Amino acid sequence: MTVMSETQTQSATRTEVLLDVRGMRKVYEGHGRSVEAVRDLTFAVARGDLVCVVGPSGAGKTTLLKCIAGLLAPTGGEVVLEGTAVDGPPPGMAVVFQEYGRSLFPWMTVRRNVELPLKQKKLPKARRSELVHQALEAVGLADVHTAYPWQLSGGMQQRVAIARAIAYEPHILLMDEPFAAVDAQTRADLEDLVRSLWHRLGVTTLFVTHDIDEAVYLGQRVLVLSSAPTVVLDDIAIDLPEERDQLTTRSSTRFAELRGQVFAQIQRAKQQRGAVEPA
Amino acid sequence: MTSPSTLAAPTRRSRAGRLAGGNALLGVLGFATFLALLEAVPRAGLVSPDYLPPLSRVGGALADLAGEAAFWTALGDTVRGWFLGLAIAVALGVTVGFVIGTVPVLREFTASTIEFLRPIPSVALIPLAVLVFGTELRSVLLLVVYASFWQVLVQVLYGVRDVDPVASETARTFGLSRWARVRHVTWPTALPYVLTGVRLAAAVALILAITAELVIGAPGLGNEIGIAQSGGAVARMYALVVVTGLLGVAVNVLARRLERWLLSWHPSLRREVVS
Amino acid sequence: MSILRRVTRASLAALTLPAALLALWWILTADSESYYLPPLSDILAAVDDVWLRSGRLSADVLPSLLRLLGGFLLAVALGVTLGIAIGSSRRLRAFCEPVLEFLRAIPPPVLVPVLMLFAGIGDTMKVLVIVSGCVWPILLNTVEGVRAVDEVLVETARCYGLRGPSRLWHLVVRSASPQIVTGLRQGLSIGIILMVISEMFAASNGLGFSIIQFQRTFAVTEMWTGILLLGLLGFLLAMLMRLFERRALNWYFGLRQAQRGGSR
Repeated sequence: MTVMSETQTQSATRTEVLLDVRGMRKVYEGHGRSVEAVRDLTFAVARGDLVCVVGPSGAGKTTLLKCIAGLLAPTGGEVVLEGTAVDGPPPGMAVVFQEYGRSLFPWMTVRRNVELPLKQKKLPKARRSELVHQALEAVGLADVHTAYPWQLSGGMQQRVAIARAIAYEPHILLMDEPFAAVDAQTRADLEDLVRSLWHRLGVTTLFVTHDIDEAVYLGQRVLVLSSAPTVVLDDIAIDLPEERDQLTTRSSTRFAELRGQVFAQIQRAKQQRGAVEPA
Repeated sequence: MTSPSTLAAPTRRSRAGRLAGGNALLGVLGFATFLALLEAVPRAGLVSPDYLPPLSRVGGALADLAGEAAFWTALGDTVRGWFLGLAIAVALGVTVGFVIGTVPVLREFTASTIEFLRPIPSVALIPLAVLVFGTELRSVLLLVVYASFWQVLVQVLYGVRDVDPVASETARTFGLSRWARVRHVTWPTALPYVLTGVRLAAAVALILAITAELVIGAPGLGNEIGIAQSGGAVARMYALVVVTGLLGVAVNVLARRLERWLLSWHPSLRREVVS
Repeated sequence: MSILRRVTRASLAALTLPAALLALWWILTADSESYYLPPLSDILAAVDDVWLRSGRLSADVLPSLLRLLGGFLLAVALGVTLGIAIGSSRRLRAFCEPVLEFLRAIPPPVLVPVLMLFAGIGDTMKVLVIVSGCVWPILLNTVEGVRAVDEVLVETARCYGLRGPSRLWHLVVRSASPQIVTGLRQGLSIGIILMVISEMFAASNGLGFSIIQFQRTFAVTEMWTGILLLGLLGFLLAMLMRLFERRALNWYFGLRQAQRGGSR
């Protein structure tokens, strides 16, 4: 998108912290009992980063993401975005949910779905139209403006959700296991789409997944979470080449090593949990 | 997405439990407020007590009613008209629905007629009922059956159409006879719809039974309301209205119970079909 | 060719039974001496005299329709507004539920004598009766619809800063619209019943009044024309409602079909 200034290269801004999660804790309070979902999470995301968060199922991944998105209030600690503590969905943030079928408005055409948040931002009509066009083109859906979401395949619906997110011109893009519900081939295509969009737009991205391969393939950094109560187990820099593709990258030795490293951490996390509360 | 659902499950349940308790309390509070308003508004003179007597006077009239044999007879008449009409409508609706629903040609050739007859307001039959049957029970039954028949029929048709073609094919390949297919495949699928139809019809039948009594003058609660109104017995009229409301609540609760009880084995307690 | 054949078959299917029934009615009553069942030919011949030339269409049918329209629209405004408020708040819902459960169980026609006390027998009473009957299905269905708004959609709307009237319309009302329309349809059919009953009970004009007058004066043929007209009116209003439904809920039917796997 044109707004993301072309000069803003990733290396130049690497040092600037965009998102800062400090000692975040989340306890779900129930009647007479409480469940600690997230114990202590601390990490920072620099402007322009593409960070993947991976953890076993049952880790507080979605809880974490909802706290960052301002949809849930953390019990302790704080989430700071661009120097401001988050207490409600911040304006410079876009979210792509896993349930594409439920996060698009079924009564609106694809175009209107993408346009609605822009209207809410009170952008002039011409600008809206420009952004919608660019975004749909960028995700490869230039010709389905007037279709309804339910007329599209699952993968295409998730593309619409991504188009809506990037048309919003967010400073940070949150993705909550966005490809968990699509088939393998579509999934590979969408992963490459995320990489290429990130390259072109330079938008800071936090990508949550339970799939180790996906995390290693996509990220510059992978945060490995433990099972609940969640802490950060490891923060691994992914030193794979910038240009990645499904075939060569995934079959490289370095990929296998990194994958093994993450896998070992997650296995350890599972065993610890198994020792505490046997299934 | 796995994390919050697995984690919060026990928590959420207990929270729901607490909320249910709180909800019941709020509901009682709501009803108490409603009753208090019914007492206070006429007393404060916001509405003339001649039009809306304070609740306590309506309560008194209700107690008087309970002591009258005539009231119980009227209640019995209403319930009888409701029940007989409903029973006839359900029997007719289910039979006709299954016959039409399982024979594609019949379904195709009756669709337009059903669509035409269904929205005809049953009250259009009132003058005819009066001329032919006067104030007899049969007048009430004509209206009740006409109105509730469609509710049952339409739901049964939805239900029969909902039969899984695969299950139907399977039954056919196993050589089940037509009757056995209806018995073991169509009927279980359609049952939830039939019960939805019965529940909707039960409410409609009560409305029409009381309407017939009110407008035609057939014996029953509706007729009693008409008499109380023309005689200026306002508190008594309100008491009778309250009784019809309670009767309506009872019908709804009963129908829902019946539905839940009969479907306890069924995978889905389904909602009404929207279309 | 095949399209032509399908259309022919469809119209044959749609028209055969109604035509046969009408023909049967016509033939069976042709020499009818029965007091209650005048020949259909007589009834149809009387329509012109009774409704068109006499001016009853504007003197009786029009006022009925206007009262129905007024009452229905008021009920829609009231029902949808209250329904959204109650549906959006868990506490308010818990507070109101038992009262609503009781009020909606009261058969609406018994409100005719009650409202006559307050509003006499004029137009106000009739409109009020229609409102008080129509409002419940609309209100309760709206509550259900608003309650059922998808959680993910709610979060999406929050994330993209949708709030105020825009949220109300694009998220809440649209998402509840299938249930709201169901409420409208149920409300309308109750509304027609109440329109007729309120006129039969006490009125000086109106379709229901005319029909009951014919019956009381034993003008049986005229009464039959009234019954037919009322039936036709019910049918036409249901058709209008369906047209509206098809337009407003086009997305919903498409979505449901897509969820079923495109079959049917």
